[in-house]
Amino acid sequence: MKLAPLSARMAAPIAALVVAGLTATACAPESSDNSGGKDEKSGTLRVWLFQEVTNAPKEKVVDGVVTAFEKAHKGTKVDVQYIPVETRAEKIKAAFNDPKSAPDLIEYGNTDTAGYVKDGGLADVSEEFTDWSESKDTDPTAKQSVTVDGRIYGAPYFVGVRALYYRTDIFEDLDLEVPKTQAELISTAKKIRQAKPDLYGLAVGGAYTYGAMPFIWSNGGELAEGKGGSYASTIDSAEAQKGIKAYTSLFGDDNCPAAKCAGMGGNDTVTAFASGKAGMAIGGDFSHAAIEAGKVKGKYKVVPLPGVKSGEIAPAFAGGNNLGVLKSTTHRTLAVDLMEQLASKKTQGALFDAMGFLPTFTDVRKDVAKREPFVEPFVKTLGSGAKFVPASPAWSQIDASLVLPTMFQEVVSGRKGVEAASKDAAKKMNDAFSSAG
Amino acid sequence: MSRMTDRPLAVSAPGPAPAAGPVTKGSPAGTAQAPRPGRGPSAGRRSPLARGGWTPWLYLAPALVVIGGLLVYPVYQLGLISFLEYTQAQVSGGEPTSFEGFGNYAALFRDEQFWQVLLATVVFAGACVVSTLAVGCALAVLLTRVRALPRLALMLAALGAWATPAVTGSTVWLLLFDPDFGPVNRVLGLGDHSWTYGRYSAFALVLLEVVWCSFPFVMVTVYAGIRAVPSEVLEAASLDGASQWRIWRSVLAPMLRPILVVVTIQSVIWDFKVFTQIYVMTNGGGIAGQNLVLNVYAYQKAFASSQYGLGSAIGVVMLLILLAVTLVYLRLLRRQGEEL
Repeated sequence: MKLAPLSARMAAPIAALVVAGLTATACAPESSDNSGGKDEKSGTLRVWLFQEVTNAPKEKVVDGVVTAFEKAHKGTKVDVQYIPVETRAEKIKAAFNDPKSAPDLIEYGNTDTAGYVKDGGLADVSEEFTDWSESKDTDPTAKQSVTVDGRIYGAPYFVGVRALYYRTDIFEDLDLEVPKTQAELISTAKKIRQAKPDLYGLAVGGAYTYGAMPFIWSNGGELAEGKGGSYASTIDSAEAQKGIKAYTSLFGDDNCPAAKCAGMGGNDTVTAFASGKAGMAIGGDFSHAAIEAGKVKGKYKVVPLPGVKSGEIAPAFAGGNNLGVLKSTTHRTLAVDLMEQLASKKTQGALFDAMGFLPTFTDVRKDVAKREPFVEPFVKTLGSGAKFVPASPAWSQIDASLVLPTMFQEVVSGRKGVEAASKDAAKKMNDAFSSAG
Repeated sequence: MSRMTDRPLAVSAPGPAPAAGPVTKGSPAGTAQAPRPGRGPSAGRRSPLARGGWTPWLYLAPALVVIGGLLVYPVYQLGLISFLEYTQAQVSGGEPTSFEGFGNYAALFRDEQFWQVLLATVVFAGACVVSTLAVGCALAVLLTRVRALPRLALMLAALGAWATPAVTGSTVWLLLFDPDFGPVNRVLGLGDHSWTYGRYSAFALVLLEVVWCSFPFVMVTVYAGIRAVPSEVLEAASLDGASQWRIWRSVLAPMLRPILVVVTIQSVIWDFKVFTQIYVMTNGGGIAGQNLVLNVYAYQKAFASSQYGLGSAIGVVMLLILLAVTLVYLRLLRRQGEEL
């Protein structure tokens, strides 16, 4: 029998495996305990904030707050660390896994709120937030971004919103009007491309989810609808499909060739605009510095992205960051207090002056818009009602498995029609909603 | 995961094992059924029971401890996690860990995308293995036919490719084929043709990079093998009027068989597990995920969306496939020519 030598030779390793298996059954994969328990009134508070491209002005503002805080609380030290944005997901996950070396207070992207809450990482600060005198002026969309199932898990730190950047010199050259409706936006983009074939009319990207969302929202579509705490995708509704059709009609040789633009993300479109390769782009208030540093400095203006009807503003995605206290903290009262100081009206105003971060308080936002006319179109966009992604832990999974970019890319590359692609995306989203609940 | 880190390990660790077995097992076909005839240097012993009792295990112990700690235990954990509902919420204690049985596997096998990705991975890995072996063997033969200076140049070029980290290599290839700034399009006059847009052209581009960074291993190994072939044999073949191709097919390839087996298995394993090149060159799986391979898909599931249980299930499936391929391949070779 031919099999005999082989099995004889394998007997020993198999036996070894079995033995190893038996001895190791005691070690199930670990779960960590994130219930801090204590609430000490002195000691060291650890804070993680995101490292910005030019971080010094941010540090200066934060240092001012920290010094005042340390003075007000005797025996308390605050240790602030700036973590790189690219590896934040790993760092924060690691913090949840190892509460002993975790910080007390973190800055986090607002689309991660529901996921972090489900992970059991963030502390519920509903009472403190409601009692905080300044919180009544918080913009409702920003408040929604720290809210999960009616409970509040942090304080909004700043918001980011996108609007339409356009090249004044090209518009003058070609005698174009600033588009007032979505249809005009698309036709203007194509006119630019026709007159200047080496430019994209409107730079768009197949992977630029947050640039595409306004098209869906302005046509009356939604990503998902909440039904009793759980969500169901509505990305395949007739309205959403209309929006997908409008956005994907911008991919093609008459505006942004699919071969190049299908793979582009938000940063790529902003880079294209900044380097003078596009007539228009959808960029954020946070893209301002990058565009100022590019070739088009002084040759562009910003207006809110037009909606379907004249005079309407397409609802933008309300991005931004929040501050949150970790559930594992042993200094809960101090950490919440520091959170309120770092996210206060005064600090947010100072952060705007230093970094250009848009404040989350409506009154502070109005003030800064007066001081700095550049932010006016962004404030206007926020004022007309920005939207947020479903506050479900499934969102980070949907985001990470590239459900929406895949949908846009399938349409743009002609692999699927809008209907088929959106139905598939809805199915994937619903799978995620039901598994991550 | 990166080729740079697993290459040196793979060369030294599993390499000698299959090679040593086959080479010394040069017994004629008929005796193959006898209990391990002439296996290992201690050939001639009558009974396997008399082979020193615990002494071999004592000598093996350090290696077994290391393998147990670094290989068996992680594989065991991988298998265990694949049966659990284990996402970030379970890791950080937000929700209790629950046993799912084959739930993760069922979810995986129900996922249409998994089957598409699996098919793409098998075909792509197959193409990579064939191309790598063809290029590596051809250049190894070429090495034996050229003078010292060109040989040195070829060696250095190959070693340079070998020593280049996969991320760097991928980025450089991407730059070479860039639609706007790439020299390849300029030389070929292709305008702003995008190589990564089409599914097959993107796979082809990655294949080129994979072959470029893995042929040196095949070339160097096969070259060393050819050097060890007695020159009389080759001389006799050429005196008989055999062409270069004929010499390779009828003389060199059979004599190099153990080496070819090793490089083939290694290539199968590497190319099936390719990650960096796809991740870097197609930006994480290409337009609408058209260039996903199993490893990148597992990464998306396990780490990007924190479904560690599902990711582990993919890992286990990959492990089983690779084990099966390797075992079947060894069995086939053993059945064909006993002097494997």
